[in-house]
Amino acid sequence: MKTTAPESDPLFPEQYELHAAPAYRFAAMPGRLDRRAFIKKLGGGLVVLSFAGRVWAQGESGAPAAPAGQRRGGAGARGGRGGSQPQNLDAWVHIGADGTVTFFTGKTEVGQNIRTSLTQAVAEELAAPLASIRMMMADTDLTPFDQGTFGSLTTPQMAPVLRRAAATAREALLDLAATQLAVDRTTLTAADGKIMHAASSRSLGFGELTRGQQLVRTIAADTPLKPASAWKIAGTSVPKVDGRDFVTGRHRYASDIVRPDMVFGRVLRPAAYSATLASLDASAAEAMPGVKVVHDGEFVGVTAPTSFAATQALAALRAEWKTTPQISERELFTQLRGGAPAPEAGLTTAGDGSLTLQQTYTVAYIAHAPLEPRAAVAEWLDGKLTVWTGTQRPFGVRDELVQAFGLTPDRVRVIVPDTGSGYGGKHTGQAAIEAAKLAQAAGKPVKFVWTREDEFTWAYFRPAGVIDVASGVRADGTLTAWGFDNYNSGNAGIAGPYVIPGKREQFHQTHSPLPQGSYRSLAAAANHFARETHIDELARALKLDPLEFRRKNCADERLHAVVDAAATAFGWGAAKPAGHGHGVAVGIDKGGYVATFAEVAVDPASGRVTVLRAVQGFDCGAVVNPEHLKNQNEGAMVQGLGAALFEAIHFENGRIRNPHFASYRVPRFGDTPKVEVILMDRKDLPSAGAGETGIVGIAPAVGNAICDATGVRLRALPLVPNGLKG
Amino acid sequence: MPAVTELNVNGTRRTLNADSDRPLLSVLRDDLDLTGTKFGCGEGQCGACTVLVDGVPIRSCLTPVGAIGPQKITTIEGLEKDGRLHPLQEAFLEAGAMQCAYCTSGMIMSGSALLAKNPHPTDEEIIGFMDGNICRCGTYPRILAAIKRAATAIQGGAK
Ligand code: FES
Ligand code: FES
Repeated sequence: MKTTAPESDPLFPEQYELHAAPAYRFAAMPGRLDRRAFIKKLGGGLVVLSFAGRVWAQGESGAPAAPAGQRRGGAGARGGRGGSQPQNLDAWVHIGADGTVTFFTGKTEVGQNIRTSLTQAVAEELAAPLASIRMMMADTDLTPFDQGTFGSLTTPQMAPVLRRAAATAREALLDLAATQLAVDRTTLTAADGKIMHAASSRSLGFGELTRGQQLVRTIAADTPLKPASAWKIAGTSVPKVDGRDFVTGRHRYASDIVRPDMVFGRVLRPAAYSATLASLDASAAEAMPGVKVVHDGEFVGVTAPTSFAATQALAALRAEWKTTPQISERELFTQLRGGAPAPEAGLTTAGDGSLTLQQTYTVAYIAHAPLEPRAAVAEWLDGKLTVWTGTQRPFGVRDELVQAFGLTPDRVRVIVPDTGSGYGGKHTGQAAIEAAKLAQAAGKPVKFVWTREDEFTWAYFRPAGVIDVASGVRADGTLTAWGFDNYNSGNAGIAGPYVIPGKREQFHQTHSPLPQGSYRSLAAAANHFARETHIDELARALKLDPLEFRRKNCADERLHAVVDAAATAFGWGAAKPAGHGHGVAVGIDKGGYVATFAEVAVDPASGRVTVLRAVQGFDCGAVVNPEHLKNQNEGAMVQGLGAALFEAIHFENGRIRNPHFASYRVPRFGDTPKVEVILMDRKDLPSAGAGETGIVGIAPAVGNAICDATGVRLRALPLVPNGLKG
Repeated sequence: MPAVTELNVNGTRRTLNADSDRPLLSVLRDDLDLTGTKFGCGEGQCGACTVLVDGVPIRSCLTPVGAIGPQKITTIEGLEKDGRLHPLQEAFLEAGAMQCAYCTSGMIMSGSALLAKNPHPTDEEIIGFMDGNICRCGTYPRILAAIKRAATAIQGGAK
């Protein structure tokens, strides 16, 4: 068992995730895109390029090998983050002769609305209208290398590079205008896509300034950026820039891409994890019109003229599998602890009124279940493979394809249309590889959309975990001891906000029986659940107000401010009807400060738990788009409610027992409480990312509220899959 | 296998040649290139594939195309009239009722059917009617707000 130290930098990718790095050799340099060819392709206008520092070479992380659960299938690691620290944060911009501005970034849009927030950020620096700006994202032939979209890093890391590119362009345009108008540069202003000379009422459009020639500049690291206090476009609630394409159904996700002569694929899945193919009779399928069966080692798939025919052909395959016995759900937590017995739980009170508490918390495996299943359209043309797919790691998927087919990177292009969400679940390229394999065999473009059952079984899960907490507290509510051992869920958010002398937090990597990987906020959700539940237990044992207890032991001013604002909005301490309970949870993760309050009602007869409302205070520095930030926080709470109340993957002997929405319950309209988000817009502080941290507080807040209502302490996620019984 | 050779979609007669037991969803998407209607589960559980058949919302992933006959199909592509969005499409934009927006087509189709039947739905009625539609990004509160906003807009327009 390998033990790692807790993370110190909130933006550092979780140690755990590094273990999932593919065994592959990854391209460390920016896309194999030839910069000169790229520039030439752009034609006339102004080009601004960045030369981001190559901070950290691949393979220096010293990450141990992936656990077996992540190696299964051999199609690349599950949830792999492709290496170590940010290597290349390149961004390019081109201003065409017609005034169209195109920014190029390898980041992906998966519903976090970064296409909009990045557009706002660059419009602000460039002083160009929003409508003139196009964001070219996530195309390995057209955009600079990017390690992937995760860890809430786009806003703190990518946005500043893009802003700097925009600011460099603005400065270059001012230079050009000064020369062309023969005026002093300081008399010019940039606004609304033009450089203006107020004294002579003359102005020149950005596009005109280059006069058809191509000018190339590089980003100057010291280009001044506008302070958030001076923002006019950034910092406002600009609607989703391409929203109309979505409400009209015009936007094409990867699963909507159509290629000439395209056929449809399906892949035969093994009977269980680690099962191997014993025999295959494909004759009935092969006899079906237009059907092709593709069999290469353990890979078996079909292509057919329609998706329905592909499904029928798949059903006609007769396969036998050799399976091996595997552990089941009931043995899970013992296995994660490596067979060691659980420490004895209990509360002890000393003569001076001080307490010690030992408790264990568990978290089930859950599925991302993105509404758009993994999907890919693959096309081979003149020896070059192009794949449209939904992923958070376009370059990582390209490299998986390079490996899988023995190609050079310039022979593979991965294009990621704005994707039907990911939540950390779309880091790998399995669907892309499968579609490419089918397309190669069929000699035609192939569309392959995973079924819901594929998605629930052959993707990867949020890690299950066992967390032991041992603590000590004085009668006055001062925390004096803290030991926190997390088995399997991971390191993110393991270090809490409380000041406790000699506190110790440890993540123990163990063998996971199911494939596991990144999930929104990584292990921060599990670690916050255990910590914030335990803190609540201590407060109750001491008969102290849970919020006061937290305030007393936490010194961070930003957290205090968030807690106070949200507590007021929630009405903490106000009277409530019988059967209702109030709960709170707080935390700091990935540069965000969060305080979540929940009110639940428990029906004593049925044991039904209803979450009535949730109020969340959130601080992630200067806010780029308040409405979208609220939307992310609301959505994070609603999604987090599923894991809190009822979501759990059930498994037995290598098989998933509930691989359908009918048996894996996700939050629906009827489960949704009233939600309110209070934003602390800290214009004096850099913007942190915000897509993940909003999820960490809801489960402990709800669990604590249930205890407040009923006195029943729940220590396992999901809390009440069948209501509160007994 | 009998074939379906004609469908009435978004006010237009479309000719095609599809096995009658294929799901309507696949025929709309793959034969007629109407990809605004989404595949989310194929099991009738998520509502991403919702279209209207004679105004009634149905799960097109579970409906064989042979069962449609001459009935009128409306998909998300058919809601916009003469460049003007349906009030619920407008309301989704105004309420920012989407993140990844993969659920949006199905939500708008279900919601527009509700509003056509019940122009002033209560919160409970909206929740009850929409409970078969999943938004994994959790934008339910905003979708609820958008439906109410559209109800108000339609009411105003009708005056
Ligand atoms: S795709 Fe039809 S209900 Fe999910
Ligand atoms: S917005 Fe992503 S599923 Fe609804």
